[in-house]
Amino acid sequence: MTRRRDDIALRETEASFSRRDLLKLLASGSALLLVHCGPVPPPPGEKRGASYDWTKHYWVYVVDISKCIGCCACMRACRAENDVPEGYHRTWIERYRIRKDGEVLIDVAQTGEHVFAEVKDEVERAYFVPKICNHCTASPCTQVCPVGASYQTKDGVVLVDDKACVGCGYCVQACPYGTRYLHPTTRVADKCTLCYHRITRGEKPACVAMCPTGARMFGDLKNPDDPITRLLKDTRTRFIKAELGTKPKCHYIGLDEEVI
Amino acid sequence: MIVLYPYITGLVAGAFIVSSLYHVFGREALQPVARFSLAAAFVFLLFAPLPLLIHLGRPERAFSIMITPNFSSAMAGFGFIYTSYLILVVLEIWFVMRSDFIQRAKGAGLGALIARTILLFNLHEDDATRRADHKIAKVLAGIGIPMACLLHGYVGFLFGSIKANPWWSTPLMMVIFLFSAIVSGISVLIFHYFVVSWVNRWKVDSDCVRLMSKYLWGFMIVAVSLELLELMSAAYQQTHEWEVIHTLVSKHLFVSYVILQFLVFSLIPFFLLAFNSLARSTDRVSNAISWTAATMLLCQVLLMRWNVVIGGQIMSKSFRGFTSYFPGLWEKEGLVTAIVVFTLPFVLLYLFHRLVPLFPDAKKRSAA
Repeated sequence: MTRRRDDIALRETEASFSRRDLLKLLASGSALLLVHCGPVPPPPGEKRGASYDWTKHYWVYVVDISKCIGCCACMRACRAENDVPEGYHRTWIERYRIRKDGEVLIDVAQTGEHVFAEVKDEVERAYFVPKICNHCTASPCTQVCPVGASYQTKDGVVLVDDKACVGCGYCVQACPYGTRYLHPTTRVADKCTLCYHRITRGEKPACVAMCPTGARMFGDLKNPDDPITRLLKDTRTRFIKAELGTKPKCHYIGLDEEVI
Repeated sequence: MIVLYPYITGLVAGAFIVSSLYHVFGREALQPVARFSLAAAFVFLLFAPLPLLIHLGRPERAFSIMITPNFSSAMAGFGFIYTSYLILVVLEIWFVMRSDFIQRAKGAGLGALIARTILLFNLHEDDATRRADHKIAKVLAGIGIPMACLLHGYVGFLFGSIKANPWWSTPLMMVIFLFSAIVSGISVLIFHYFVVSWVNRWKVDSDCVRLMSKYLWGFMIVAVSLELLELMSAAYQQTHEWEVIHTLVSKHLFVSYVILQFLVFSLIPFFLLAFNSLARSTDRVSNAISWTAATMLLCQVLLMRWNVVIGGQIMSKSFRGFTSYFPGLWEKEGLVTAIVVFTLPFVLLYLFHRLVPLFPDAKKRSAA
């Protein structure tokens, strides 16, 4: 009799974990996983200044092409400040030379010394174009990042969370400006951060701070007294590849048609 | 590796569609390759993410794509689309081949144990279960067709949606990828069917091959026309992007795109398959033509993937300069890795065949 009762108890125990229970367990497991889903959180606090409030700023970058002399101090400063690996650039300068027949010759400063090679050929006109991440408002790189490791801060800066990036390189392809690369050591996407660690302490990005002619400018659109705010009110500026609808934040003064 | 990934998923989609032509649309002539095509779709599918994993800078974070997906990214869908399609193919194989697994499970040895495990130790079978299996398999194959299209069309979308790159950015990319996938899928089936038949001295079912080569002809016409259409519309519109595309095609990709992909590996198979479909010839001649054309089209689709992927990457973002690229022999994403990655599905296919015969009637047909 006791044995029979045990059998029934055993059968009941077996039956107590039915297929329905298994499905419930799987469903709740999936729900838990979904709760975990979604883009990664904002950047860790130590990257920002301690009392920094990112809702009170909106950063913007301005380049005056007529002022750039191609000295490349910005490139050297960026490399020193951000430990950019050799052969890669977070910012660079392009030299445009337009021949009489309309042919456009473009080269960039050589790596290592970061100086332009001396040229002697005759050209109609020539100018330098500093390039940098445009920190687009409608940024294709953050759109295509499959894990949300590339994201936009509330103060308008596009950053990469190197602890979340899977290193797929899709953002590198999606950026129309060629400003991203895969870091050879960390094997994740890397790019200009507008020196986020500096600007959140009230300093300027290294490239702006080191520019001897003021060709590179930087400021806060939410601050009405910032010279940049006044400059952008009075000056007509253009964006590179504006037709792509990326809404860049890097304004150019004196941008010519040849520059794309 | 990014060349291999769309190539392998293309083979999956194409092979699956051939198997569905038999299972769903009842094209009886395809029976000799129906089972094999399903198995081929499965093994290629299993290895499709491998090139991606090798490509990732941080492969250990690969699952983030499903745990913390950013749904504004087309790529975030990969994990979900891939997993659901894999489940579907596994289920379809299970129901289509259950009888064979039961036969295998009744024997002895490691194979029988594996078969029993796959069957979840349920070896029961009668007419009712066979009917049910058949019905479920048909439904799964039916669902599988749009899913196969989604799987590969999606790969095309990954490229076509990149507005930064004029060589990729076209809504046609999705359709082009889909049709070239079907071309490569049918081609790999014809290629492999012949090779396996030669090795085992089986008689090839010429009706089946003739039908496949007709399908191949039709699909390759659509695929190549779409590719040409895309190029022609860019050339005719003379947009500012044409300048860079023209330089790319006429200089940097001239050999791999114009000469190899179009003139050699598209035009010759086109004429071969046209002859095969329109003219009468002996089985021997027809088979030789089908195999040659299929092998060439396998190369054509690989070249197409190469030209799309590499062509898009050697252009500078300022559209003024070009770099060059050719994979090294031993590097992480080099030739040896590519060959190994591409060989693995065939090894698995062989093991699969050892477990359950993929050409069950081939011996009988040869004997007859």
